[in-house]
Amino acid sequence: MSATPLPQGRLEQQLEDGKPLYTEGEAVAEAHRCLFCHDAPCITACPTGIDIPRFIRKIGTGNLRGSAQTILSANLLGYSCARVCPVEVLCAGACVYNAWERTPIAIGRLQRYATETLFAQGEAGTLLPRAAANGKRIACVGAGPASLAAAGYLALEGCEATVFDRNPLPGGLNTTGVAPYKMPAEGSLREFEFLASLGVRFEGGVEVGRDVPAAKLLADHDAVFLGPGLGGDTTLAIPGAEGAGVQGATAWIERMKLDPTASLAGVTRAIVVGGGNTAIDAARELAQLGVAEVSLLYRRTQADMSGYAHELEAARAEGVRFVERAVPAAFVRENSVLKALRLSDGREFPCELVVLAIGQASLAALAQAFPDVATDAKGRIVVDAETGATGNAKVWAGGDATGGELVVTGVQDGKRAARAIAKALGIPVRDDAPMLAGHGTVRT
Amino acid sequence: MADLSIDFAGIKSPNPFWLASAPPTNTGEQIMRAFDAGWGGAVWKTLGEPVVDTSSRFGAIEVGGQRMVGFNNIELITDRPLEVNLREIREAKRRYPRHAVIVSLMVETQDDWRTIIQQVEDTGADALELNFGCPHGMCERGMGSAVGQEPEVLKTVAGWAVESASIPVLVKLTPNIGDILEPGVAAVEAGAHGLSLINTIKSITGVDLDRMVPYPVVGERSTNGGYCGPAVKPIALHMVAALARDPRVTIPISGIGGISTWRDAAEFIALGASSVQVCTAVMHRGFRIVEDLCDGLSHFLDSKGMRSVAELRGKALGAYVEWGDLDLSYKVSAHVDPAKCIGCELCLVACRDASVDAIHTGPVPLAAGHVAATRDQAIARAAGSGVHVTWVDETACTGCNLCSHLCPVPGCITMKDVTGGKPFESWNDRIAKGTHKAGHHG
Ligand SMILES: Cc1cc2nc3c(=O)[nH]c(=O)nc-3n(C[C@H](O)[C@H](O)[C@H](O)COP(=O)(O)OP(=O)(O)OC[C@H]3O[C@@H](n4cnc5c(N)ncnc54)[C@H](O)[C@@H]3O)c2cc1C
Ligand SMILES: Cc1cc2nc3c(=O)[nH]c(=O)nc-3n(C[C@H](O)[C@H](O)[C@H](O)COP(=O)(O)O)c2cc1C
Ligand code: SF4
Repeated sequence: MSATPLPQGRLEQQLEDGKPLYTEGEAVAEAHRCLFCHDAPCITACPTGIDIPRFIRKIGTGNLRGSAQTILSANLLGYSCARVCPVEVLCAGACVYNAWERTPIAIGRLQRYATETLFAQGEAGTLLPRAAANGKRIACVGAGPASLAAAGYLALEGCEATVFDRNPLPGGLNTTGVAPYKMPAEGSLREFEFLASLGVRFEGGVEVGRDVPAAKLLADHDAVFLGPGLGGDTTLAIPGAEGAGVQGATAWIERMKLDPTASLAGVTRAIVVGGGNTAIDAARELAQLGVAEVSLLYRRTQADMSGYAHELEAARAEGVRFVERAVPAAFVRENSVLKALRLSDGREFPCELVVLAIGQASLAALAQAFPDVATDAKGRIVVDAETGATGNAKVWAGGDATGGELVVTGVQDGKRAARAIAKALGIPVRDDAPMLAGHGTVRT
Repeated sequence: MADLSIDFAGIKSPNPFWLASAPPTNTGEQIMRAFDAGWGGAVWKTLGEPVVDTSSRFGAIEVGGQRMVGFNNIELITDRPLEVNLREIREAKRRYPRHAVIVSLMVETQDDWRTIIQQVEDTGADALELNFGCPHGMCERGMGSAVGQEPEVLKTVAGWAVESASIPVLVKLTPNIGDILEPGVAAVEAGAHGLSLINTIKSITGVDLDRMVPYPVVGERSTNGGYCGPAVKPIALHMVAALARDPRVTIPISGIGGISTWRDAAEFIALGASSVQVCTAVMHRGFRIVEDLCDGLSHFLDSKGMRSVAELRGKALGAYVEWGDLDLSYKVSAHVDPAKCIGCELCLVACRDASVDAIHTGPVPLAAGHVAATRDQAIARAAGSGVHVTWVDETACTGCNLCSHLCPVPGCITMKDVTGGKPFESWNDRIAKGTHKAGHHG
């Protein structure tokens, strides 16, 4: 759909789409399997409350435009969510077919079909009518899913909404982090074009707090939404940690996705340390990129992992070796070249690359640059659960920076904050405003 | 956004979607909830002398896992006291003044008609619908389809109603007749203001082979019922179109029968219906289906640049002609997409066993002088993949299009126009020119 600014020759381009776009016949056949349940559990399970049976029925009747409208009004990032949501534990996990031991409806794939088809027709920009300009200026810090949702919903109601990101590309982790077999960076940029068509403005390469002081952002805007996500990868304070061959997971994934100079030359054995979804993603990516031996080392047992069981299963199917009770003690180096990772029990795992997926720092310092915005002990911005309001009457927040963990929860945070901001600024919200769709529809 | 509102013989409705007289319109509570859900109008479950119904009373056809493709009932008219219905009609109309409230009636004598029409008009209802269609139970009592099947009787009874009524009278027709024009024209001649069709088709859905009782089973017995649902749409579409294009039918038509989606509705409207009514699809999935009926129709009208439902009405009628006026020069031929074919060979066997053996797979020889544009590609892909990719001898193909209907892969078999500029010539043209003798066809 667009001339993307992304360079060619990126490692992520070697990975295949795990769930390719349905053809029309596939989509219609799958749509007809949907029972169109009343009070459907899938809707409850979707954090943004998309009316799933409704959008699926519209695919079945050939009303694709109405289908995409249904999706995107409740979830402006319904396209990326369709591709990256862990549907197994969300909507599809709640499908009534599960109780019947039958395959649940492929909700994510149907959602992708409806939105991607409309994007491809170049008609997405006309799907959701915009209200007239109201003169209100909104700044969103970070151009990840949370900020983009907040900005998009407010732009639709006539605000001038700008997202600032220190990264030159918009999309947050949708662009820099999610597994390419779910969605390569192009998908995220294509979605941003849709948001831009709703009026969202993007200021890339601008770090708030450094390039633009918090005070100036507050002075220039009627409201500020903080969606900066999390900070850098946590490191391991053990001998040998410094030096080549040891990388943080999000940093490595970002290079794998976006940097054409990133390479796995000489890597035949790689180790990923961690037990969350980022760790499993990194391990799967390494295996799919052809690293012969990929081991996922976790300090406790499978039962304690925060990563999804279905993801671990997929990783194992792809040849990833999973090692429980593995506590790293030292990186073994010869002439500073990484040779192995030694565990506290003395076992050694020979390797050329170790990827550390043991957590990310918080961006508490950025939050604290905004007066009266409080953070908790873990560095998460403290917000009102209903509205995303912070202690500063002009500042709202959401997404990973407030404890979120998924794209879709970030979107819902952004939508809720948009509703609250509209109310606080006295912006008239249309009865059929997209921001009112989905869960928690409290009239403003 | 296209305007969905309609004016049907003076009956105003915010959209063309009405609930048909049936279980979903049994009570005021249901009808008001349906209006909230988005239905533009509702035809109240037929009023008359309250009846006793059986248990069970529905039969259904399942096709390949799709439930209720055809539906059958042996239910009678309302089983609720008249006063209760009248009170609820009044309330529904008072609370939903912009929606169409139409009341279906079925009584016996002229006095009965006069009395009940007066009572219904007192409620403020917008119109009446005369149920001359019910094919079971009521007809044995000289009502329902017993009236609808006798044009002269229909004309008399409808005439009584028209005479007594000051609001529009719609006559609901039964499809259980030889020629729908006869009762349709009789209703027009009786002064009716609109036609509704179809009611249900006499049917038995199946037999319980263990109990040796047809469905639906009522104790140790059963009876024939009325068939409806998606399976009856083609019959209904034809009857609506046949009436709509007849110059004697000067009154609007409310199309009924198998409507489940906005596409179905658009087809009825394109063949001349001014409003549509829905029963089985609501019994299957609830009032909420109206959301996509409206949304889908509205997007469709927008996409065709039509600003109102009225612009769509009858758009396909002009193309519905007698067989003798079809273009015999027009020729299509089947085209199997070699990239899409999955090698099931259903097309091949169908063409061989039921048509002209024009579809082949592999390097079988092509008759001299025949054209088969995809033959080489199909053979190459079959050789490389083991998939029995089929190809069409276009010269042998008669363009019957059987294969395109049965192919399981969407878009794999298409019919290509190979008329090649041959001028239009119909059967009637040939008769006129004397190149053919008038005779039998079809
Ligand atoms: C490797 C990985 C894989 C994931 N896979 C999935 C998945 O498959 N499905 C899923 O649902 N979730 C996944 N997640 C989680 C998901 O990506 C996040 O929950 C989601 O992106 C959070 O959105 P956000 O808007 O809060 O923050 P982010 O997406 O993190 O975006 C924050 C943005 O703010 C910018 N920023 C930060 N500070 C500043 C500043 N001072 N000035 C300007 N800009 C700033 C950052 O550059 C970043 O672009 C994954 C996460 C990771 C790390
Ligand atoms: C259970 C049932 C009861 C019905 N009762 C009536 C009735 O009382 N009066 C009437 O005019 N039609 C009645 N009908 C016929 C419907 O109004 C309608 O004409 C028919 O079902 C075709 O539409 P459909 O295919 O959408 O169901 C009934 C249909 C069903 C299934
Ligand atoms: S729908 Fe089922 S539960 Fe309800 S009355 Fe009929 S048979 Fe009984």
